[in-house]
Amino acid sequence: MAADATPSPGGKHVGQRLKRREDPALIRGQGTFIDDVRLPGMLHLAFKRSDVAHGRIVRVDTSAARAMPGVRLVATGADLQGVLPSVPVITPFPYPDHPAVTPDKVRYVGEPVALVVAEDRYQAQDAVEAIEVTIEDLPAVVDAETALRGEPALLHEGFANNVALRIISGTGVTEAAGTQDPEAVDNRELDAAFETAEVVISQRMVNPRIAPSAIETRGVVAQYEATRPYLTIWSTTQRPHAHRRFLAAALGLGEHQARTIAPEMGGGFGAKKIYGEDFVAAALSKQLGAPIKWIEDRSEAFLTTTHARDVIGQIELAAKRDGTVTALKARLVADIGAYEMLLTAFIPTLTHGLLSGGYAIPVIRSELIEVFTNKMPTDAYRGAGMPEAIFFVERSMELLARELGMDPAEVRRKNFIRPEQFPYKTAAGNEYDSGEYERLLDATLELAGWEEMRAEQAAARAAGRLVGLGMSFYIELCAIGPSTMFPDGGWEHGSVTVERDGRITATTGASAHGQGHETSFAQVLADQFGIEPETITLLHGDTAVAKQGVGTVASRSLVVGGTALLMAGSKVKAKMTRFAAQLLEAREEEIEFANGEVGVAGGGKLSFEEVASYAYAPQQLPAGTEPGLSEEAFWEPPGMTFPYGCYIAQVEVDRETGEVALQRFVGVDDCGTIVNPLIVEGQIHGGIAQGIGPALTEELRYDEHGQLLTGSFMDYAIPRASDLPRFELGVTVTPSPLNPLGAKGTGEAGTIGATPAVVNAVVDALSELGVRHVDPALHPEKVWRLIRGGER
Amino acid sequence: MSEKVPVEVRVNGELRSAAVEPRLLLVHFLREELGLTGTHVGCDTSQCGACTVLIDGRSAKSCTVFAVQAAGSAVTTIEGLAEGEALHPIQEGFWEEHGLQCGYCTPGMIMAAASLLKENPDPSETEIRSGLDGNLCRCTGYQHIVNAIARAAQQG
Repeated sequence: MAADATPSPGGKHVGQRLKRREDPALIRGQGTFIDDVRLPGMLHLAFKRSDVAHGRIVRVDTSAARAMPGVRLVATGADLQGVLPSVPVITPFPYPDHPAVTPDKVRYVGEPVALVVAEDRYQAQDAVEAIEVTIEDLPAVVDAETALRGEPALLHEGFANNVALRIISGTGVTEAAGTQDPEAVDNRELDAAFETAEVVISQRMVNPRIAPSAIETRGVVAQYEATRPYLTIWSTTQRPHAHRRFLAAALGLGEHQARTIAPEMGGGFGAKKIYGEDFVAAALSKQLGAPIKWIEDRSEAFLTTTHARDVIGQIELAAKRDGTVTALKARLVADIGAYEMLLTAFIPTLTHGLLSGGYAIPVIRSELIEVFTNKMPTDAYRGAGMPEAIFFVERSMELLARELGMDPAEVRRKNFIRPEQFPYKTAAGNEYDSGEYERLLDATLELAGWEEMRAEQAAARAAGRLVGLGMSFYIELCAIGPSTMFPDGGWEHGSVTVERDGRITATTGASAHGQGHETSFAQVLADQFGIEPETITLLHGDTAVAKQGVGTVASRSLVVGGTALLMAGSKVKAKMTRFAAQLLEAREEEIEFANGEVGVAGGGKLSFEEVASYAYAPQQLPAGTEPGLSEEAFWEPPGMTFPYGCYIAQVEVDRETGEVALQRFVGVDDCGTIVNPLIVEGQIHGGIAQGIGPALTEELRYDEHGQLLTGSFMDYAIPRASDLPRFELGVTVTPSPLNPLGAKGTGEAGTIGATPAVVNAVVDALSELGVRHVDPALHPEKVWRLIRGGER
Repeated sequence: MSEKVPVEVRVNGELRSAAVEPRLLLVHFLREELGLTGTHVGCDTSQCGACTVLIDGRSAKSCTVFAVQAAGSAVTTIEGLAEGEALHPIQEGFWEEHGLQCGYCTPGMIMAAASLLKENPDPSETEIRSGLDGNLCRCTGYQHIVNAIARAAQQG
């Protein structure tokens, strides 16, 4: 990579707690979110959704709805057959057809059956209520382990026993991506490890189904202009460019005839990508010749925005009595719901790759079975397969420590990948870039006051209190790429234009929605050019502005998008260097960028603006140079980065009520180079909260008929401010060797690490009652029943 | 559907009137009729608090109030909090302490905090946290929000 891609020496902005440049508008209520987009003549779309989990549509009576005031169109799935394409999937695996509005069979509660377009939102909703749907019930498939025997019904033709995918990975499998053929697996090494094991830990564990729950729901505004023809579509999407590609194709347009705008977005967390409703809005805008708006309400969001996790793991660990883990075996059953969305089947396959955790486990094997059930499909959500892996590994390490009577910190220490082993290829197939795990563990123990915590816990227990301590050591897989690793391209795009006045307009394909790119990316460029961040504007979230992009997903924005921007910047910088050398009659090697000036150290200097201005009106072009200062770059990472951290939770369980009080949460994270500590802290905090939620209160539950029982924030409890303690956090910095920033990513860290730490703490608190394992969510009723059972 | 009725509300100091359906929610009145889109909707069960405004100085969830119920009241929305260019201390606090990420819950969070500090100008951390029980944030883990409100209390 180009040497000058590295931020200028003496750069002063990377590492600063710069206040966010996004904030002034947002704190005044001047942000533009999807529901704030309004166009002249805009009509409103609402959906009639199935209230049955599995069945055949017998009749859809729309006559009353058609007669309602303000109604412009009523359509059923059958009416739209051939008009709408199926909902897109980009995994390499086989998948069933997924109509945006179902014409014949319903497969989950909330599936669109019909729709209304009306002049205002109230009218559209009124008319939806007037549509009558008759459905002949089929048996609902709700239990994944029963479903994979093909019982009590099959969801899709061509998927025997409801199995979407079965894949075996790891030791004894020659293909890096795993094999679907059990006969092709060599079991000798795995069998030998378990036969010679001194200790074997075996535990069934469940990662419950959860809801990403961005506070802003989904929405879309589609405007089709027939005469051009051209589609402009505003959508809550984390991936505007992929969105444009699929939406253009849906209307028979080329990508050059469509523009996707992701306005300010009220959280995404992996769940906001491409949905059937977007296709419907675009197609109806074309059909009706008017802009169409659809805004999801919260009840719809619980039913129809992709769910996550829902994986049952049977985990076995082989170890020596000194705590050394010699093998890990996992059988994973993932309940992926009724259909596949963009990456549904891909997400559970990511779990295998992190089953090594932070440990040098020589033998790792997993078998993954993905199963269709009559529930909302799952897809990516903060962590995407990784929280599942780390939960399984870290619960297992805790069980091993308990079995051996070892300090949980020491069991982990015993198995860590050592600094000199990096880059380290795990038995699960990933190559970890860098790490100093033991240093971070020690930093965490010190920050927590581990010995004092243990002593206080012993005293509390002696006094009859149920106090527990739990630890987790997490690994996060970030910056997913190169393109061989990510089904839709593993690169990111950036552009840098130094304007004539010396200000910079930059674009990135990483479309932020709360991550603060406008601030942190400006810090990176400011250091590269030796200028102030205030003179840089970063644009994103609009395919007409950011020419190409993958998106803000998988904790990859700064690492991949930030580096792409640096690469574009380095091309501009090289041109500025040539112009400056010419003007100063200096050699290019002598030119430096610092303090808003371009010139020779101790010699002649020009202002940044002077060089910029000259580049657009050069009196004499340097040989082989075009005028102007505008460049772009794609950057594809050579490999993935692996940030890590250690969390310690302290809980107290109320014997009478089963309530869990999270008293302390201590952690140290290492995400490589930190560009803006304020933003990183925010990411870690939010991530931790999203890991604590599923540990204690968050769980989506369907009943035996496939009805969602937790369809509102009354029943699905995301953490409130009073549920959380003040997080006590520190950092270590181990730069990644795989990108010029040394950054690793941090978006999902907290979510991956927090759940096992808290669950381990609760199990520890209950251990004196004979509890060995309990699956989250550990809400008071479940814990109360355990206490009652334990005491009987 | 029913006949529209006239409603008159003082919003951010200005008297605003419109003919609305009796079932029109205050939040939709503010957003759709008046174009004050800083007040957001995040749920349909009054849990999330994204729609929080002040009605006669006290925080209220505008998704749970009909516009006609607010007739004759003074409503303050996020757009009415700053005094011209000068941010309200709570807005200042949110900016300084990184109290927001996506910014969607933020207007409601700030309005709830304004009400909280009016009732209790010097709250403890526990009081701030319990004072925010009607407002959900999915991005921040609340710690920076708590810091922002504590900072505003000190400045106030």
